[in-house]
Amino acid sequence: MEVNMKVNLSGVELDNPIIPASGTFGFGEEFKDLYDLNILGSISFKGTTREPRFGNPTPRIAECPSGLLNSVGLQNPGIDAVINEEIPKLSKYFHKPLIANISGFSIEDYAFACEKIDKVEQVGIIEVNISCPNVKHGGMSFGTSPESAAEVTKAVKEVTTKPVYIKLSPNVTDIAAIARACEAAGADGFSLINTLLGMRIDIKKRKPVLANVVGGLSGPAVFPVALRMVYQVYKAVSVPIIGMGGISSASDVIEMMMAGASAVQIGSANLVDPFICKKIIEELPIKMQELGISSLSELKPDF
Amino acid sequence: MFEAENIRAIADKVYELKLTGDTTEIVRPGQFVNIRVIGKYLRRPISVCDWDSESLILIFKVFGEGTEILSRIKKGEKMDILSGLGNGFTVIETDKPLLVGGGVGVPPLYGLAKKLIENGLKPNVVLGFASAKDVFYKDEFESLGLKAYVATVDGTMGTKGFVTDAIKENNIECDYFYACGPNPMLKALCSELECSGQLSLEERMGCGFGACMGCSINTAKGIKRVCHDGPVFFKEDLLWK
Ligand SMILES: Cc1cc2nc3c(=O)[nH]c(=O)nc-3n(C[C@H](O)[C@H](O)[C@H](O)COP(=O)(O)OP(=O)(O)OC[C@H]3O[C@@H](n4cnc5c(N)ncnc54)[C@H](O)[C@@H]3O)c2cc1C
Ligand SMILES: Cc1cc2nc3c(=O)[nH]c(=O)nc-3n(C[C@H](O)[C@H](O)[C@H](O)COP(=O)(O)O)c2cc1C
Ligand code: FES
Repeated sequence: MEVNMKVNLSGVELDNPIIPASGTFGFGEEFKDLYDLNILGSISFKGTTREPRFGNPTPRIAECPSGLLNSVGLQNPGIDAVINEEIPKLSKYFHKPLIANISGFSIEDYAFACEKIDKVEQVGIIEVNISCPNVKHGGMSFGTSPESAAEVTKAVKEVTTKPVYIKLSPNVTDIAAIARACEAAGADGFSLINTLLGMRIDIKKRKPVLANVVGGLSGPAVFPVALRMVYQVYKAVSVPIIGMGGISSASDVIEMMMAGASAVQIGSANLVDPFICKKIIEELPIKMQELGISSLSELKPDF
Repeated sequence: MFEAENIRAIADKVYELKLTGDTTEIVRPGQFVNIRVIGKYLRRPISVCDWDSESLILIFKVFGEGTEILSRIKKGEKMDILSGLGNGFTVIETDKPLLVGGGVGVPPLYGLAKKLIENGLKPNVVLGFASAKDVFYKDEFESLGLKAYVATVDGTMGTKGFVTDAIKENNIECDYFYACGPNPMLKALCSELECSGQLSLEERMGCGFGACMGCSINTAKGIKRVCHDGPVFFKEDLLWK
């Protein structure tokens, strides 16, 4: 049986649905000598903000059962350096459309960075991370209310003609309501989930492990939560979804697509096995054969 | 893939693990490996103590569950290891080099001592531990023909106090130093030794190869990742808070 791994995200065709997730793959530099990056469907690069950021104080990584907490806090060189230095470097060894992950702390920040990234030809999709705290409105994350999520979506849509995918936070009571509000404001698709807020305490020191006290949980521990949320959003909207959260194997990819995802991102798994995306891409057709799946784009929940 | 060849206890909760496998990625002393431990999600970073073309020696102390699991490894077990990570020490040709190690910061200095000797240099060695039961590798350094001074916090071996006390007590002169150990020790060395040097830092790591930005520090040369741009940094570049 011939298998077809191609998928389509708002007109951007990917050879396969495997995309390294933002924040776990940098700008590809650390992986380019390990394997040919062009085997990937796309790459979602490190969350980029208007200004350069160091992020939070260290320690900013904590181990968890089947996962990790991170409180990196969006370390990045800022939108100008990303456009003028990082993307040109990445372009030398990755020739497919990129997913630009953009973060901000005010509506203006998002619009500013998205307007700039809109001019970069290689960017196929803008992925707007709305999990950051809104500094102008008491620090609540943009992604935790339908109104502020829709406001960001609208502001970004006004400055770009590229497809805009809103990256949803799982730290909410009703993710479907937030997705619906973003879709109504013009979102072309969704990426989910971002990390789940958690914490760890060092019982010998009687202090939090993370200097920031709390951080985001990712890795296999969150997979069932991610799957449930992708399914809920799939039922609520009619635009494509990039599913992520704990994916570590071809079986996980297929399961996530059966929950309604059109493509997937691999995050934490890259950190513990730098070859994981390559392995999954090689494993996927074999798994498809085994399960009698001829085309990935046909996988949809019928339940 | 590496294979466990031999493991032995060399001090209280401290193990020396010999592995066989492809070591071609290890090019300098002070680099580290990142070890997958069954049952733990993140890998555990451990410095390369010594290596040759087909084998590798690591020394680690049991701190928590990961290193505890590692200490129970059996000869012949296969190990999933990312090798040759980090920059390592740069050999600088000076007359009076000094190696200073604290606790499990000692291992990378052994490989470095051998490299310095290969380059015709003869460093003095100062090793700091909590107590006599924790001391390891003093004899190994002396077998290389080097003088190894010990400091213990409780005074059960060598100078009572810290490595800086042993340096003073023995009037050890140096014109360049290489150090690895806990941060307070590194800070004390930077302020008490006038000469220049290189220091190997520790930080909690997500990936260990530069991808996650988990281990960043601010330096005089901008933001650096301890795992990828370090773990060894020049004294001048560190901005001790
Ligand atoms: C570059 C580098 C080289 C090292 N070399 C050695 C060595 O040669 N010998 C040795 O005994 N130890 C070394 N360490 C420290 C060693 O990595 C930790 O002791 C070990 O990870 C503890 O794991 P655990 O599961 O036993 O402890 P836990 O406290 O249960 O570990 C929980 C998490 O915290 C991390 N962690 C805990 N302590 C440290 C630490 N001190 N530094 C970094 N991460 C930590 C673990 O990796 C794990 O992700 C080195 C650390 C670094 C960063
Ligand atoms: C170290 C680390 C850094 C991350 N940085 C970002 C980021 O900059 N922007 C973003 O949208 N998501 C970021 N994420 C979230 C991931 O992209 C992903 O949504 C999440 O980790 C769930 O997937 P996983 O379980 O496969 O890791 C980060 C995750 C990790 C572990
Ligand atoms: S541990 Fe991931 S960048 Fe250093």
